[in-house]
Amino acid sequence: MPVSDGAAIRSQRVSRHYAMGTALIRAVDEVTLEVHAGEFLALLGSSGSGKSTLLNLMAGLDRPTSGTIFANGRDLAQMDSEELARHRCQTVGMVFQAFNLLPRMTLEENVELPLRLAEVERSKRASRVCDALERVHLGARLRHRPGELSGGEQQRAALARALVNQPKILLADEPTGNLDSRTGEEILGLLREINHSLRMTIVMVTHEHALAARFAHRIVTLVDGRLAEDAR
Amino acid sequence: MRSRDLAELAGRNLREALLRNALTTLGIAVGVASLVAMLSLGAGLQELVNKRLTHSGLFDKIFVTSYQNLRALGRPTPQADPGDRESRLLDDTARQQIKRLANVAEVYPEIRFLTEVEYAGRKHLTTVVAVPASARLSDAFEGMQGTFFSGPEADQAILQMDFARELISQPAALLGDQLLLRYAEREPLEPAKGSAAGTDSGEFAADFGLGFAVVRRQRSLRIVGIVETDPGAGPAGFNRGRVFIPLPLAERLRVVQMTDLRNIMRSPSAGAVVNYSTLVVRVDNPKQVAAVEDAVKHMGFMTFSLLDMTRNLHRLFAILDLFLGIFGSLALAVASLSIINTLVMAILERRREIGILKALGAADGDVRQLFFAEAGAMGLVGGALGVAMGWTIGRLINLGTNIYLRRQGLPSENIWWVPWWLVLGAVGFAVLVSLLAGIYPAARAARLDPVQALRYE
Repeated sequence: MPVSDGAAIRSQRVSRHYAMGTALIRAVDEVTLEVHAGEFLALLGSSGSGKSTLLNLMAGLDRPTSGTIFANGRDLAQMDSEELARHRCQTVGMVFQAFNLLPRMTLEENVELPLRLAEVERSKRASRVCDALERVHLGARLRHRPGELSGGEQQRAALARALVNQPKILLADEPTGNLDSRTGEEILGLLREINHSLRMTIVMVTHEHALAARFAHRIVTLVDGRLAEDAR
Repeated sequence: MRSRDLAELAGRNLREALLRNALTTLGIAVGVASLVAMLSLGAGLQELVNKRLTHSGLFDKIFVTSYQNLRALGRPTPQADPGDRESRLLDDTARQQIKRLANVAEVYPEIRFLTEVEYAGRKHLTTVVAVPASARLSDAFEGMQGTFFSGPEADQAILQMDFARELISQPAALLGDQLLLRYAEREPLEPAKGSAAGTDSGEFAADFGLGFAVVRRQRSLRIVGIVETDPGAGPAGFNRGRVFIPLPLAERLRVVQMTDLRNIMRSPSAGAVVNYSTLVVRVDNPKQVAAVEDAVKHMGFMTFSLLDMTRNLHRLFAILDLFLGIFGSLALAVASLSIINTLVMAILERRREIGILKALGAADGDVRQLFFAEAGAMGLVGGALGVAMGWTIGRLINLGTNIYLRRQGLPSENIWWVPWWLVLGAVGFAVLVSLLAGIYPAARAARLDPVQALRYE
C-alpha cells in the first residue's frame, strides 16, 4: 500500500516477534501508525514496551516479522540489505541515548562519516560538516574529540552527524536519557528548532511524558508492544 | 564507500591498535622474508649455474654435420641415391644459409687437425684447434696466463697447460716464444697449375687429378697465452686441442681435413668441392637453441647440442624451487592465522563501532571491504617489509659464503639473487594470503546485526 500524501512513515499492522527459548516475545505487536511529514512525534512507553524496536524498524536497522512499514513512500520490508543501508544513509538520521560517537575521531571526522558512506564529493564535505556543527552551536569544536566534550555537547555533535546528509526523517532514541534535565531540555529545544526550521519529521522515543508533552506535537504511547494511546 | 575513504578508514583502524597490528604485520614480514630468502637462494644457484653453462661456450652451440659423413665409403653418391634427397653437403652455401637463420650469432667450421709442431728443435705430434674471437668470453680464457689473440689473423698460438708443461717445465716462460707449425695445405688447382709458388715455405706439392694439391707447409706462431682447458671441447672432446690458433687464420691455412680424403675416396671429382666436417652454430641465447636446431634439421643436416642436459637441469631447479617455496611459505601460512586472529579480535573490540557504521548507512559490503582493506594493507606492508628482510638475509648469506670461499682460496660467487618477479610475486602473494585470511573475519563483521551490535558494551 503506498503511503498517503503527507505521511513520512506509515506502519500497517507491523509486528516484531523474538523467540527466546520456547517463549515468543512480542516486542512490537500489530502497530498501525502514520507519522505525517514535518511532524514531531514522541513514542512514549515504559521500559520494554517496544518503542525502541519500533524506531529500529522505522530506521531499517531491523526487519518486521509481519506487516508493512513505509518510509518516504517505500516499503522497508521489501528492501534488500543494500537498499536498507541507503535508506539509513540518505532518508533517515539517527540519534542515540549513548551518543555513539567514535571516540578516536574528532567531531569533524565523526560528522564527516555519513558523508563518506553516502559518497559525497570531498570538495563539498567540509562546508556541510561546518554547517551541521554550526547548527548545533559546535562550530568552534571541530578538532575536539568526544571525550573532551560534555554529555550535552556530545549529543549535539551526534545530532549534527544525523543532520549532515540532510535526511527527511530524524529518529531519536532516548536522546535525553544520559543527560541532566537542563541539558535534556536544551537538546529537545534544538530538536524543536530543527523541526520548525527544516520542516523535518522527527520521531523521538522517550519515557519522560512531561518533556514529550512540552516539545512534541503528538504523543503515541506503547504498552507491551501495542499502540495504547495516540494523543495530540 | 569510495576507495580513498576506505583506505583512510582502514589506515585509521590499523593505527588505533598499533602494537597488535604491527606484530601481525611483522609476522607476515617474517613469512615473506623466509619465502624470499629461500627462493632467492634457489634463483641465485640457478643463475650461477646458467651463467657458468653459458660461459662454458657449450650450451649456446649447435654442432652441424652432414648425414653423408656417416655413410660408408663406396656407397653411391648422393645424387644417385633417391633416398638421399635430404642429405646435403656441408659446404659454403649451407654455411651461408644457416647464418641467415634467425637468432644465429655466428657459424664457423670446426677446424681441428692432428699435426706436428716444433719448439726449441724438438718435434711434437699434437692437435691444433681453431678458436673464434667470440670464445674470448668463455670460461676457458678466464684467468688465462698471457693474452688472447691480438687480431683475427694474427700468427699467434695459445697453448693448453699440459702441453705447455711438455714443452718446458716453467710454462710461463713460453710466452713470447715462437712455435713452428707444420701442416698439409689443400691448395686448389687452376688449370695447368701444380706448383707451390707464392706459398710461405712450400716443400712438396702433389696433384693426382683430384682438383687440389696437398702442399706441405710450415708457419711460425708466437705463443701469447696458456689456458687450463680446451675452450672448444664438446662432442669432440675425445680429441682435445692442445694448440689453439685464431679461426680466420686457420681458415686461411686451408689445412687438409678428413672430409677431403673421404670425398676423394667417394668420387675423384668430389674432391674439387670444399665442404666441412662440422659447422658450429652459435645462437644468441641458449633458450633459442631448440628453435635453431629444428631449423637446421629441416635444412637436411644432422645436429647435436647439449640442450637436453640443460632441460634436465631446469627440471631439477624447478623441483628445488618448488620445495624451497613450500618451506618458505610455511611461515607465511602461520602468519595468515595471525591475521585471522587479529581481525577476529578487532571485530570483538569494534562490534559497537560496526553497529554505529551500519546505523549511519554502511552496507554489509562496506564493512566487508573495510576489513579486507585492513587485511590487504597488513599484507602489503608486511610483504614489502618481508622482501626487504629477505633481501638483507640473502645479502648476509652471500657475504658469509664469499668470506668462506675466499678463505678456501676460491673466487667469490653470487649464490643469491632476488629477481624482480620474486619481489613483485612475494608482495602479491603476501597480499593474496592476507586477503584470503581476511575472508572469514570480513564476512563475520559484515553479517553483524546492527541492533545487537549497538547494544554491545
